[in-house]
Amino acid sequence: MWFDSARRIDRAPDRRSVGLVFQEYALFPHLTVAANVAFGGASQARVGELLERFRIGHLAREKPTRLSGGERQRVAVARALGRDPQVLLLDEPLSALDAHTRAAVREELADILAAQRIPTLMVTHDFLDASTLADRVGVIRDGRLHQIGRPEELTAHPADEFVASLTGGNLLHGEAEGTRVTLDDGTVIEVAEPARGRVGVAVYPWEIAVTSRPPAAGNVLAGTVGAITPDRGRTRVRVGPLVAEVGTADGLERGARAYASFAPGSARVIR
Amino acid sequence: MRAGFTALLALCLGVVLAFLAIPIVALFTEVPLGDVPSLLGDPAVRDALAVTARTNAIANGAILLVGTPAAYLVATRRFPGRALVITLIELPLVLPPAVAGIGLLAAFGAGGLLGGAFVLPFTEWAVVLAVVFVASPFYLRQAISAFESVDPTLHDAARTLGASPARTFARIALPLAASGLVAGWVLAFARGIGEFGATIVFAGNVRGETSTLTLTIYEQLEASFDVALSIGILLVVLSAVVLLSYKLLSWRRSSSTSPTSFARSSSAPA
Repeated sequence: MWFDSARRIDRAPDRRSVGLVFQEYALFPHLTVAANVAFGGASQARVGELLERFRIGHLAREKPTRLSGGERQRVAVARALGRDPQVLLLDEPLSALDAHTRAAVREELADILAAQRIPTLMVTHDFLDASTLADRVGVIRDGRLHQIGRPEELTAHPADEFVASLTGGNLLHGEAEGTRVTLDDGTVIEVAEPARGRVGVAVYPWEIAVTSRPPAAGNVLAGTVGAITPDRGRTRVRVGPLVAEVGTADGLERGARAYASFAPGSARVIR
Repeated sequence: MRAGFTALLALCLGVVLAFLAIPIVALFTEVPLGDVPSLLGDPAVRDALAVTARTNAIANGAILLVGTPAAYLVATRRFPGRALVITLIELPLVLPPAVAGIGLLAAFGAGGLLGGAFVLPFTEWAVVLAVVFVASPFYLRQAISAFESVDPTLHDAARTLGASPARTFARIALPLAASGLVAGWVLAFARGIGEFGATIVFAGNVRGETSTLTLTIYEQLEASFDVALSIGILLVVLSAVVLLSYKLLSWRRSSSTSPTSFARSSSAPA
């Protein structure tokens, strides 16, 4: 695609069989939607078929400036597919959108990509984008691949602290001795698997319960309640070093003492 | 105090406007407007009109044909000496026209740098050269900035869609820069029509050959002041039309949507 192995040279961009969807979509503002999609050389019939498939047939004669974020994205994907590329590249396809539009467009893109039978590579800074849209996620930082796997594998077994925090986990540090870890503040917790020496422990917010009285069992961290943030029907509560995601924050008050608890199985050891 | 200061500012503006408007008004009052068409029918004026139209048509054609690709190169590539190239392009803007004329004479004159091959001075081609020399920088400068303002990612997008560099230029850069290019061309055109200094030095004043409208004004000062005034009126009207179309174009350009400023509507399907 990029590299012509027969001739051992890099191909010029216009000779690569790569469909690229740009960050801000880079639609040609002086051309209609239909002309944008046809730019790569697709036939009239093929353009019509793409427009129908992406439900933008009624916009064929519109200029891109008049479209919404979601519509522009569909035009950009349709245009990239117009050349029948061997691979589709998406460069931060959702970063140009505001938070309100983003969720809807993300799901729409997931549907679109699921329907295309073409290898797709997407770049994003958002783990939610990656986990919604991708079958496999590779975490790259400073040019180095940290971990690659299915989104749920990354959450279940983060390879290092960067992956743990990217996937939304809380990070604790301490000294491990078997399945017991003495955290830096002196609290002792039970962890999922035995380890030895200095370790990190990742705990996800949705696996933490918050109570105003000490719970009977599990790992317990006592602390002062910090920010309480409602988030899409759930509530995120900070207790000491941890952020918990709970169904309801009734009875919790900022500044009051509370107990964050989680099962030993939720405490993932990171070496 | 404040009202007094505003009055002072208004007074200064009044002086400026009066000073700038008086010569224009005088042009129209010194000769009976009804006589203008017949005065412009003078054979000397007809010849000058033909010379001006021919030479400027050729000069403008050359400026657009060669200047547009040249400006595109300067606008889209970074290369060593680029700043120097731009400075060189802008130099004729600040050069006194008489210096331009003498320079052209030194280059293309009989005993000049390139003078051996063809005899240019005092021919119509000398007028063309003089016009190109003084007017092209106006177009080039504007064209460079017009091409620079085209979003480079659109260029990249066209390439990933299989467009060759030439096709990208024709289908993307050219249409998106078009209004800026036309605005630049309007300026160059106006400068070319008004060209005097370089022409009289390099091309001389040969009737029907190198005598353009502006040169004829100078020549007619003694022969017939009314003819000179009539040519003046013709050129004022032409200049006003040019200025107005330029304003209209730049207004349309600033009010039309730029490539990146998409409507912020969010009518995405819920």
